[in-house]
Amino acid sequence: MARYVMAIDTRRCVGCMDCVVACKTENDVPEGFNRDWITETVRGEFPSLGLEIRSERCNHCAHPPCVDCCPTGASHVHERGGVVLVEGDKCIGCKACIAACPYDARYVHPDGHVDKCTFCIHRVEQGLLPACVSVCPTRCMHFGDAEDPHSDVSRLLATRPHHTILPEAGTEPRVHYLT
Amino acid sequence: MDEHVIHRHNHGIDPVLDAWGWEIPVYLFLGGLVAGLMVIAGMRLLLARPRVRQPMVCWTAGPWIALALLSVGMLALFLDLSHKACVWRLYLTFQVTSPMSWGAWILLAVYPALAANALLHLPVALPALTSRFPVLRRVSDRLLARPRVVLAIALANIVLGVGLGVYTGLLLGTLGARPLWASAVLGPLFLFSGLSTAAALLHAILVLSSPAGERPAFADFLIARLTRWPQATPPAGEETGFAQAPDPARLCSRSPLQPRALRVESEAPELLQADNSFLTVEAALLGTFLLGHTTASAVHRQAADLLLTGPYAAVFWVFVVGLGLLLPLTLQHFELQHRIRHTLAPSLLVLLGGLVLRFVFVQAGQASHWAATALH
Repeated sequence: MARYVMAIDTRRCVGCMDCVVACKTENDVPEGFNRDWITETVRGEFPSLGLEIRSERCNHCAHPPCVDCCPTGASHVHERGGVVLVEGDKCIGCKACIAACPYDARYVHPDGHVDKCTFCIHRVEQGLLPACVSVCPTRCMHFGDAEDPHSDVSRLLATRPHHTILPEAGTEPRVHYLT
Repeated sequence: MDEHVIHRHNHGIDPVLDAWGWEIPVYLFLGGLVAGLMVIAGMRLLLARPRVRQPMVCWTAGPWIALALLSVGMLALFLDLSHKACVWRLYLTFQVTSPMSWGAWILLAVYPALAANALLHLPVALPALTSRFPVLRRVSDRLLARPRVVLAIALANIVLGVGLGVYTGLLLGTLGARPLWASAVLGPLFLFSGLSTAAALLHAILVLSSPAGERPAFADFLIARLTRWPQATPPAGEETGFAQAPDPARLCSRSPLQPRALRVESEAPELLQADNSFLTVEAALLGTFLLGHTTASAVHRQAADLLLTGPYAAVFWVFVVGLGLLLPLTLQHFELQHRIRHTLAPSLLVLLGGLVLRFVFVQAGQASHWAATALH
């Protein structure tokens, strides 16, 4: 069974926000909202400082608290690839999932339902890459099936050091950052 | 140094989560209050097993007030929904891992349990209604004549009341993404807060409905200026009710908000004692909650600091701990010792403290975050 993951090379990412623009265009994300965004982290002590630029989004967690707390089943794990999705027609807008997400990856769409990154599942089902991955000018974003040992992401995760965001939250994120 | 810059500004999410406004704290407060009214009425029914109707305020006014408050609370919950047209979806499924789904179904079961309790004492609570619709009195009489039915109503009110009260806390307590809420203690804490506010509300009703000469001045002011209850003044000769045996016919012809002075004398100390017990347990649970957070991880300590020393500290210490717990505990202790008169003050303070507790926890919880230590 497929398990879609994303691997983002922080050594290549320059924070150009092409991924953000591509997502907004592809998914018709309303003005004032983002499904993905850029985060810059500076660590160390001057003058030994390190900058990490990350393209962040919903982590499509293996243990998604947003799905557990949804009272209607609108937030669910898609049968293909374990992608976490929201069914707008089922969502009542109680916002429990927003409060349950440690990554603040969800928001209330102006239409009333909760919205978030879908890993562009509509494109993936047609054999295409997510919009953000397909437009990245530095080729720092990789998407694929972690269960397939020959996939690009499996090879990268096996050979490169990587980390996830807030692993201490216990959600097992599926967006990995190569360092 | 560990500094994060997030290039995102989603409305209601950034810079601080603001998903829930005033509606959810009000709903949690009213839900807890209704839960407390149910448990108190149910426990009293279970212990007393009355064969004749008694005009106890927790049986007469309690269920009706609970039905009204629950409806207001559910309206607040409905107003909070951003996709209101789909609210019926709640009742097409049961999601076992979702406290909100549990709550939705519990709320549905609470209405008939409250209605059954209200029906049991309807001839005392609303005699005009039973006179107009005698079938209601007959149904009520049949219910009261069957001890097993009374027992079932008592147990249903206790079980559903505890479920509702605990659920209002666990609704927040299961959202582990907000470190301040990440505690199972929130369930019993909100339950006991609901019990204390319910006992305070019942005591306030007793004080407000006591004979004119025995009411505190502030209660008189409230009645005269705000409620305008003409029934609050008892008929001539009522003041001697302390020494007289209760006349069932007269009791049954009286509104629940116009009880005999006898009830104030007999019920008020019990309610105050119960309220003091609930407040003591609530204070212990609040201490346990804070102890658990301050001895946990850095993220949880920082979340607790929002209440202890941070931006919510003034409201928490003054309104929740000082005015909502310690002062009413002290006042009610002196009232029980007959060193001061029964007044509205402690009841109003407990109700205020319960409401502010929900506001503080909901707002501070949203401000707490796993990444907080890195962000500041």
